[in-house]
Formats: sequence, C-alpha cells, structure tokens
Amino acid sequence: MSLESILAQFRDPDAARALAAAIRTRSTRPARLMEFCGGHTHAILRFGIPSLLPETVDLRSGPGCPVCVTAAGDLDRAIALAQVPDVILTTFGDMIRVPGSRLSLAQAKAQGADVRVVYSPLDALRIAQETPARPVIFLGVGFETTAPMVASTVLAAEAAGVRNFTVFSTHKLTPPATRAILAAGEVALDGIIGPGHVTTVIGAAAWRFLPQEYAIPCAIAGFEPLDLLRAILSLVEMVEQGRADVTNTYARSVRLEGNAPALAALERVFEVADVEWRGFGVVPASGLALREAYARFDAARAFPVDVPPAKELPGCRCGEVLRGVLLPTECALFARVCTPQNPTGPCMVSAEGACAAYYRYGERI
Amino acid sequence: MENVIRLSHGAGGRMMNDLIREVFATPLDNPILRQMADASACNLQSANLQFAISTDSFVINPLFFPGGDIGSLSVHGTVNDVAMAGARPLWLTAGFILEEGLEMGVLERVVRSMGEAARAAGVQVVAGDTKVVERGHGDGIYINTAGFGVVREGVHVGPQEARAGDVVLLSGTVGDHGIAVLSQREGLRFETDLLSDSAALNGLVEALLDVAPHTHCLRDPTRGGLAAVLNELAAASNVGVEIEEAAVPVRPAVAAACEMLGFDPFTVANEGKLVAFVPSGEAQAALAALRAHPLGQDAARIGTVVAEHAGLVLARTAIGGRRVVDMPLGELLPRIC
Repeated sequence: MSLESILAQFRDPDAARALAAAIRTRSTRPARLMEFCGGHTHAILRFGIPSLLPETVDLRSGPGCPVCVTAAGDLDRAIALAQVPDVILTTFGDMIRVPGSRLSLAQAKAQGADVRVVYSPLDALRIAQETPARPVIFLGVGFETTAPMVASTVLAAEAAGVRNFTVFSTHKLTPPATRAILAAGEVALDGIIGPGHVTTVIGAAAWRFLPQEYAIPCAIAGFEPLDLLRAILSLVEMVEQGRADVTNTYARSVRLEGNAPALAALERVFEVADVEWRGFGVVPASGLALREAYARFDAARAFPVDVPPAKELPGCRCGEVLRGVLLPTECALFARVCTPQNPTGPCMVSAEGACAAYYRYGERI
Repeated sequence: MENVIRLSHGAGGRMMNDLIREVFATPLDNPILRQMADASACNLQSANLQFAISTDSFVINPLFFPGGDIGSLSVHGTVNDVAMAGARPLWLTAGFILEEGLEMGVLERVVRSMGEAARAAGVQVVAGDTKVVERGHGDGIYINTAGFGVVREGVHVGPQEARAGDVVLLSGTVGDHGIAVLSQREGLRFETDLLSDSAALNGLVEALLDVAPHTHCLRDPTRGGLAAVLNELAAASNVGVEIEEAAVPVRPAVAAACEMLGFDPFTVANEGKLVAFVPSGEAQAALAALRAHPLGQDAARIGTVVAEHAGLVLARTAIGGRRVVDMPLGELLPRIC
C-alpha cells in the first residue's frame, strides 16, 4: 500500500464534511478546546479546519512546541556551551534561529562556534565517534516523544564506550504543563485535544487526571484532518453531555499503557526534575535530567558554564501564547514586527510554534 | 589534455585556450561562437523589437542528479526565464567558475549536456568565460548563463499584469525537481525513481501564446515553488489568488517524500513547469494547448484571480477548509518531531 493511499483514508473530503456537519449539529454551547501539541496547531490550520467549525468551538494552541517552551536561560547556556573551545554543539534545525537573551545559536555559529544541525541524536553520536578529539554536545530539546531517542542514544554511547559525547537535556513532560495551565486558571478550558505522538509513548492513561481532578474531557488525536475532526467531535459530545472522560481517536498508534521499551529507556537514563518553561517559570516535576549513573553524559556537569541572568525579549508575548491566554493574532507584534523572516520570539521561529502556524496558514487580512 | 582542472586553466594562457578548444568549442558550437570574439555581434531582423534579457547562476549540489545535471539546468533555467517574459530565447552566454582539481571528464560531461540542451531548446551559446578558483573555494563547477530573446509581438506579460477573473493554469506536477535533488543529498539519501523535471519551456510558452496571446502573467516556479510564484504575482499585481489544493497535480512519490520530511509540495522547486494567469476567455484554449504539448500533459486549472484579499493567496484544502498559502521562508529543513 502506498503512503498516498494510506493518507487518503484520513483526508477523505466526504468523511471530513460529514464530521464537520456532525460537529455543527451537536455543538450548542461554547466549547473552548486546547490542542496541547504544536503539530496539531499546524495540522489544524494547514487543513483549514477552523473554517469548517461552528462559532461555538474555540480552538486554543497550547505549550506543545518544544523549541518555544525552552527557557531563555537554557538557550543562553546552550549558546555558552557552543562557545566552549573545541566543542561541537549539535541540535535540531528549529533551535538554531531562536533568539536567546543576547544571541541565537545561528549568530554564535556565524561568530565561529561549531554548531551543526542533525536530524537525529544518533547523527550527533556518529559525529562524536568520527571526531574523538573534540567534545560533541547534543542539545536535547523535546517532550516524551523525543526524549526516548536521546535516552537510547546515551545508552548506545555507553555501549560503544564513547567518551566525548554528552547531552544538554532540556527535555520536558507534557502532563505537568497541562496541569499548570489548569491550576493557574487564566484561561477556562472545556476540553483538551491530547498530543498523539507524546501519548503514543506515555499512554492514554496518563491523561486520566484531567477528568478525575479537573472534570475536563480529553480526546487523544492523530495528525490527519479526520483524526482531528473526530477528536473535536468527541470533545464536543462530552461537553454537550456534561461528561468528562479520556477518549482515544488515535487508536492506530496510542495504547492505554504507552510504549513500554521507550518508557524503560527514559526511566533508565533520566529522572524527573523541576525545570523552567518559557512563559511558565519553574514547573514542579516537569522535566528530565540525566541520572547520577549517567552523569558523564551530562553536558551540564561536564562543562559548567556561567551565563548572566536571562533577559526577556522586549514586547514578546510568547509566554501568554504558550499558556493559551493570548491568540497569536492578538499580539501587537504579530505579522507587523514579528514574522518568520524576522522573528521576535520562539513561537514565530519553530515549525511547531503557534505564531508561525497562524502566520503561515491563518487569515491575516 | 590534463585530466583535472588546474589554476592555470583559468589564467588566460595556452592552457585556457586548450580548454576552450578541446572542452567547450565543439559541444557548444555555432557560427557566432566559432568567431571566438570578445563580444559577439548578433543579427536581428527588425529594429522595432522588444528584447528580454536574463541571467542566472547555478550552484547545484550534486552536479548530476536524476533527470539532469548542472549543464542542462543552466540552459533550461535561463531559457525559461527569458521565455517567461513572453520572449523567444535566441542566445545564451555561459560563465564557468571551476574548482582546481575538478576532473576533466566531469567538465566534459557537463558541457556536452549543455550543448545538447541548447540545441534541443533552439538557442545558441554565443559567448563564454572561464575562471578557476583554488581547491576548496568552489563546489566543482558553478555556471552563470545569461539569455537574450525577442518578445513576441502583441504579447504583454509581466508580474503586474494579473487581473481579477484571470484563470490560474499550472503546466504539470509540482515538486519533482526539488525532491529528486534532495533524494541524492548526503545525509538525506532516500530511494526514489523520481526524475527532475528540468526542461526548456520556450516551446510550451509558444504553444500557449499561440492560442492565448493576452496571457497576463507567466512564471516558472523554481526555488520557493508554486507558493512563492503565486505570492509574488498576487503582491505585484495587487490582487488575491484562490487555488484548489486538490487541483494541483503532485506525483505520489513527491507527496510521500514531503509527508516524511514535513515539506509542503507547493514550496518545493521545479525546473520545468510554468504558471500562467490567462484571461478567462482564453483559458480553455490555453489549457488544451498546454495539455497537447509533451511538457504540459498534466496541466491543470488550479484557481482564479480575485479582487478581494489583495496580495494574499488562499487555498481551499483537500477537506474543504480554507487556508493561507504563505511565501516560503527559504531553506527547507526537515521537521524535528
């Protein structure tokens, strides 16, 4: 079966129309739904889903863009690591254009730092093996989706006896951030569109706290238009019935218990830590740090760098966008000062950033 | 003849003359070039003519890719730019920047390919230049070509000419070139039978203008792809453009590669496609003419020009939603998660 024919099943126009019609029929009361995941925001806007929905359904983008929620201080530290003599800093492409307090990685690179874009942490390990005389640091950014790959790479480095490879972990966990948004109560939410890739790893059961503690329904969704429409319909139905539950509209990928080998690799290499999120401050038990047993793979311990206190980006309201309080289009800088060509904040830089998605696919008339 | 390029091949002496005679002269031969003058005087039949001149530099990596190479591409790219002015391309110049150590056989293959492409497109290479840079200062071969052509009488195409009501035609599938080249890149290699669409479009433009002489805009969507061209034309003409995503032909292999890499096929490069904004009265004949040409078999009507939302390109998505088609930013980077 070709990829195209597989995808066609999830993009069928007649099925989409039928789902959209069902949402319009069923929805009578306001339903403010947050899609946690930046990938969802992009898919929603790329397929023009808001234009198919009734006015009662209000979609809000959440903090699910790993590059965006990376704290300015962490980015400053990563840049300082890149400037350590001989260090090769490897990172995913999205990260290099994000403005830090003083510089971006791209600017540090232009000034002579050896910053390389990789497509996988294993590429970073390969670079370390090919250049044994130089320290290679992988900037670990991402949620439970990406962190297992990094954990596996650390395990592979250990198995291969590689001594010049370390990870600067800024990995983050999604349920604590969702909890932080609900606990803060800045934005009243009626439902959560659960992140499909993250939940493939952590399991749908990890979201049960939403109905149990906050009486809010959650629908786990995939990234195709029919997946998203099904999840929205499921949430609208629960809102209408006054019912809160976790539903899984992405059962072809997500299981209740998650991906056991991925979770085992995470558990082995990382421990849960209190970490800082852009826009949130320090969120308890919301990040992943390398365990003591893997300390020699920890760039933060191997290369202690001092950075001045982080500076906020003037006028940038990414923090509020990430908390779902502000729509990108409500920011005074959006599309006027802040554009993908000349981004003020990370939400306009990253391919998963809400501002970039609204700019790229949204109406800007 | 040496078997690699040396710095002295660009130094203006005997070695350079040997290079010109042995590598460039025969594949690119024509009566004007044969004179080997510093500048070529070319004859035009009439003085009352409009000219189109364009130049483009080619720095593609790898030099040889499925469906083409830097030689044929350097002819097609410039021929197409001249043709998009509604002109018949006649003459090209070719400037080569060669890296010391380049294998002569590679250069010969490239120049042969250029010659074949020029003959097929009906243009002559009438002037040239060669420089050699030190090893490590180039990527093997860079080529600059300039093209010169004569605008067809009665034809006025230009980026500012689009009018509300125009029909947007596309001559075939998008993204073939970009994905074919990407599939060969180190670190990103993937299996595909896909070929670049690199081709000279002057014949296709002739066929189009024969039946649609009032065509308002012609563009070949190269870097930046279809999305960039539509945005440029919408902005230059101060009109809106609305397209049907489902009407844009995309090969399954391109669609699949774009899904994997997180690219939008509308932003991927083409080297043998054109976009035409044609008055509605001539649209049907124009589409038929494109489809009757070997390079336009998959031509499609993909949208219309509207007076609303000036400068903005909107698409009706495959599932019936609406979205903006934005100007792509630049370098395509595969997504991270």
